[in-house]
Amino acid sequence: MYRIAVYVTPKKGVVDPQGAVVERALPALGHSGVSNIRVGRYITLEMDAADEKALETQVDAMCRQLLANPIIEDYRFEITKAGEGA
Amino acid sequence: MAGGSVRFGIVVFPGSNCDYDAHQSLSTFPEAEPYYLWHKDHDLKNADCVILPGGFSYGDYLRTGAIARFSPIMQEVAAFAAAGGLVLGICNGFQTLTEAHMLHGALRRNRGLRFICHPQYLRVERNDTPFTNRFEVGQVIQVPLNHNEGNWTAGAESLQLIENQGLVAFRYCDADGQVTDTANPNGATDNVAGIVDDKAGVLGMMPHPERVCESAVGGTDGRAIFQSMIDYIRGG
Repeated sequence: MYRIAVYVTPKKGVVDPQGAVVERALPALGHSGVSNIRVGRYITLEMDAADEKALETQVDAMCRQLLANPIIEDYRFEITKAGEGA
Repeated sequence: MAGGSVRFGIVVFPGSNCDYDAHQSLSTFPEAEPYYLWHKDHDLKNADCVILPGGFSYGDYLRTGAIARFSPIMQEVAAFAAAGGLVLGICNGFQTLTEAHMLHGALRRNRGLRFICHPQYLRVERNDTPFTNRFEVGQVIQVPLNHNEGNWTAGAESLQLIENQGLVAFRYCDADGQVTDTANPNGATDNVAGIVDDKAGVLGMMPHPERVCESAVGGTDGRAIFQSMIDYIRGG
């Protein structure tokens, strides 16, 4: 069993309205010097696979087809064997 | 088709909430015959036009329109459009059409993060499409907005293509038809409110024309869009 963590963030260069608003809110709380806030999505899943390479290809396809919208979002993912690490 | 009634299939997804509005408005056109299509259907039941209505299909989970795109009926809708059928996506319907790659771009969260619900001026950019033949180019119409994710954008390549091919049908403007940033309610790139595909058989728009089809509800500017579709089908 593998654990997969997928990180989806607004594509570089694409305006992120949520990030912009959060960035403007922080100085009001006394946190100055914060820039480039991007708000995204964190998705976790578990899958069985015989081969980690094939799993990688499949997760990449899942990201492109559904989990992220490549027109406006970037994605990356991490695969760990369940029981290892976190 | 001349003389016969024009069949409008309105797709109902779980979470659609403007399907009834579209049905009601279309029923005020003597030449139109509106009916509902369930998202699990595999048959458009001899539709002349398909409407993807506004709402919150699948609760807007993941991204607006992202799950609706995989509804069984969307395969039929794509095939229908490819064969020259007319497809109009309103608000959530527009979002679904971009997720299905039937229209360029994507809809992001509104600039300002507020849900927008107010009448909006639009400038008609084209009147040579099956959806806009009743308008004049440059005409200013007023159609209500009702969305949280209407901030349309596209990649640089798509933007170039869209402008080169003139795929923008409507832009946000002020009462005088000026397309300015102040008149842009949601931050959409180039004030895009609605676009067509390269054959102009598919139109997606964030504003709700089905909500301004009877003077009792505050306006009738939306009628020309449905009348254009009816004329196109009957004349075709």
